Amino acid sequence: MKNYRIVALTAGLNSPSSSRLLSDRIAEATKKSLEELGNNVSVETFELRDYAHDIVNNLLTGFAPPKLETMINSVVSADGLIAVTPIFSTGYSGIFKSFFDILEPDALQNMPVILGANAGTQRHSLAIDYNIRPLFNYLKALSAPTGVFAASSDWGADNDSALQLQQRIDRAVIELTQMLINPSAPKPDKIAEIQDEFDPNNFNGSRSFGHMLGGLAGE
Amino acid sequence: MNNDSSEAVADSASVNKQMQFGLFSVGDVTTDPTTGKTPTEYERIKAIVRIAEKAEEVGLDVFAIGQHHNPPFIPSGPTEILSHIAAKTKELILSTATTLITTTDPVRIAETYATLQHLSDGRMDLTLGRGNTGPVYPWFGKDIRQGIELAVENYALLRKLWDEPVVNWSGKFRTPLQGFTSTPAPLDGVAPFVWHGSIRSPEIAEQAAYYGDGFFANNIFWPSEHYQRLIGLYRARYAHYNHGTPEQAIVGLGGQVFMHKNSQEAVKQFRPYFDNAPVYGHGPSLEEFTEMTPLTVGSPQEIIDRYATMRDKFGDYQRQLFLMDHAGLPLEIVLEQIEILGTEVVPVLRKELAIGRPANVPDAPTHQNLLAKKQAKESEKVTSSVGDTNYGVWE
Repeated sequence: MKNYRIVALTAGLNSPSSSRLLSDRIAEATKKSLEELGNNVSVETFELRDYAHDIVNNLLTGFAPPKLETMINSVVSADGLIAVTPIFSTGYSGIFKSFFDILEPDALQNMPVILGANAGTQRHSLAIDYNIRPLFNYLKALSAPTGVFAASSDWGADNDSALQLQQRIDRAVIELTQMLINPSAPKPDKIAEIQDEFDPNNFNGSRSFGHMLGGLAGE
Repeated sequence: MNNDSSEAVADSASVNKQMQFGLFSVGDVTTDPTTGKTPTEYERIKAIVRIAEKAEEVGLDVFAIGQHHNPPFIPSGPTEILSHIAAKTKELILSTATTLITTTDPVRIAETYATLQHLSDGRMDLTLGRGNTGPVYPWFGKDIRQGIELAVENYALLRKLWDEPVVNWSGKFRTPLQGFTSTPAPLDGVAPFVWHGSIRSPEIAEQAAYYGDGFFANNIFWPSEHYQRLIGLYRARYAHYNHGTPEQAIVGLGGQVFMHKNSQEAVKQFRPYFDNAPVYGHGPSLEEFTEMTPLTVGSPQEIIDRYATMRDKFGDYQRQLFLMDHAGLPLEIVLEQIEILGTEVVPVLRKELAIGRPANVPDAPTHQNLLAKKQAKESEKVTSSVGDTNYGVWE
């Protein structure tokens, strides 16, 4: 039995938002899937709307205000991520991208992620694959092959499409669960790594100034 | 009574050497958001000279200027500006914030700053930085991705140029030197004191520690906690390299204040400048930013209260510089601010920060300090070689 901490991020702007609705569905299914395998699971959900001003301030000043910093630490130290954005103008929303822009470039390396998106019509359903997945590839996160897209009609216009949405969620959750219980790449403890950058002991050995000088005055 | 007052005088004289207070300027030409007026480059350069003179008039110790190679900044030649100020002042220490060690030829740094050292009778030092304007690197034939490597190699050469009479050298970034002597040699054989400034690179804290140089944390744009970790690293590594205890490392801090005898008036006057400032303008509110960073806007007493606690975070330190002339603040307001800083704030801070300062924490570096240290070291060398028993210990 293991403990898993899942973080869900949603970038919807309304309250309540369809993105949040979708994110909750995925989070619930993920929790259930891991618990059925005998694990303890906690899920924490952050709506980026609540951090909108802080995210912009971080872009302008280069540092995260305390509330945002706590949230970022929670995200980058999670075992798995669920990231859901509304589709605006054929791509992720601005606040969604801005959030990932303020993270350290390697903060999500090897992070298992389910990508989710919602839009008004099914015509945007490939946005996950042409727009959102490349972002997570760049960040070296491990995105589940199945993206979870939900158009307005998927919320129950007919039983068929509602069923298909549940199937997509279930498939993505199986993929995430596989990555979590059977990791193919180690996920470094990000928080510890960030703190260690200023640890004096880091500068003994191969990072000492002697080595920076080319070994001429090495220890 | 007489006895008491002479003691007080002696005390204040020694207090005056412990810490240096002063100004550091970016040298930006920015439109005054309240009037829409933009100073000309001529007006701005002359204003900076006036600001430095005013700093000396009100008893501040240091004036430092940046180095920039793009508009809207005027100080592309900091040594020219500082030499001019040196001629117009008597006591003020002239410094930089920062000299670009990455894109300036270290041979030119050695030559021009040694010239400044002679002209100013030793009233100068310099702070090295890498610079954060991307295009400056290619403009000077360098690659920003090699910023740290450039800082490491160029400074190693600068040290040789100042510490060795004849230099033979070859490296990765500059044409080799054979039989080169940098002129003028440093005044009295004592190289200018060097601070290393960094906003986020632990490697630069390590570099400052390795050489036993000073470390300057700009401390104005980000929360103090960030700089605490950098300075903590520098202090620990300073001790690692046997320059002294961590508490004896030489630390400088930036700061940013705006003052008025009425606290609310200070906020009211400064807000339009804050809201439109380069760097942080149009971002967090003045209230948020003052809470998160060392920016303090208020009465002189509020400034004193905030800056008297800096050493609780960073340890007892040697130099405190304030950013005052930026964001389009007109010269007359800047001069008023310097007046308040020099007459109402710094004298109290000097006294407060002297209380409880351990005797083994070094005084702020000056040419006289460094010269005395060099002479002491040389006379000890002579003594030990005469006695023959300790010969070689000082090598």
